[in-house]
Amino acid sequence: MSGELHVYVLLVLVGFLPNEIWRMLGLVVARGIDEESEFFTWARAVAIAVLAGVIAKIIVLPPGTLAGVPLGIRLVAIACGFAAFLAVRRSVFAAVLTGEVVLTLGALAYGL
Amino acid sequence: MSIVPAASSPSATAMFFAGARAAWLSVMAYVLIGTYIGIAALAHDFGFSLWWLAASTVLVWAAPAQVILVSALGAGATPVETALAVGLSSVRLLPTVISLLPLIKRPGTRNRDLVLPAHLTAVSMWIEALRLLPALPRENRIPFANGLGLSFMLAAQVGGGIGYYLATSLPPLLSAALLFLTPMSFLISTTRNCRLLSDWLALAFGLVLGPLLAVWQVGLDLLWTGIVGGSVAYGIYRLREARK
Repeated sequence: MSGELHVYVLLVLVGFLPNEIWRMLGLVVARGIDEESEFFTWARAVAIAVLAGVIAKIIVLPPGTLAGVPLGIRLVAIACGFAAFLAVRRSVFAAVLTGEVVLTLGALAYGL
Repeated sequence: MSIVPAASSPSATAMFFAGARAAWLSVMAYVLIGTYIGIAALAHDFGFSLWWLAASTVLVWAAPAQVILVSALGAGATPVETALAVGLSSVRLLPTVISLLPLIKRPGTRNRDLVLPAHLTAVSMWIEALRLLPALPRENRIPFANGLGLSFMLAAQVGGGIGYYLATSLPPLLSAALLFLTPMSFLISTTRNCRLLSDWLALAFGLVLGPLLAVWQVGLDLLWTGIVGGSVAYGIYRLREARK
């Protein structure tokens, strides 16, 4: 039972706290900032750049079983998804569906 | 898409449910279910209980940090190492919160009313909030954001439950397809949200810098991607605006 409690204490100390500190810091910093400010535009650009970095990293250096699908197939799947987004009334659903179908068919053809 | 009747002033409860409705109409709810099926399978493999996983989703509410937490603790990393790895992966929450809260607060908003929206801020919620909030009257935005974020968290819990029970029978092809959900949906949703030149440039620079800095093994690669990519994008946008 103490082992059971131990993992919940760890969750709070090494999972919740080091993660939540950034959100609460953001809350403090955001207090004096309004939507029209230059700092807001800059923070938004930084947030978008980090997210874009995360996206590209997952595609180029993928985790787990996705690494078993060749880079070429991953890139073609992303490109097809993007094309579907532009073709089908800027639909995110159509993009994700198309990307997933292309990735799955490619992986099957490759023999994953 | 009209979410709110223009003339009347809807109650906070109505706006909370409008946010919840927007969440389930968003592709992000289904992406979260898929993503958390994968995370739950991982947690199961490392011997964590479903309750622990559910608690980590409520408390941490950031998929990459949860993956690190589960794999690091599961593999026997020290608490300090684990906390550092989680903290580094979550730095992105800082600019994310800073670029969300100014959209929902008003001059008289109390700090404690912003704690829940700040806690619910994750990439999924941020993307959809940035898209949907500008069309809403400012006084409705906090309950809407809470409804949106809590519904996304519910979707993640549903995925976690499914994944925990499927864990032992998840074929590699399906798990690869689940891992692909995040980059595909995030890329398209972010593209859809780009308005200013700085947004577009930040997207392009981030896509190039992220993998490049990682391949060159630059420490804190994502942090630098954000600061350098975002600042250069902002600088170019400023110069162009100044010339007009």
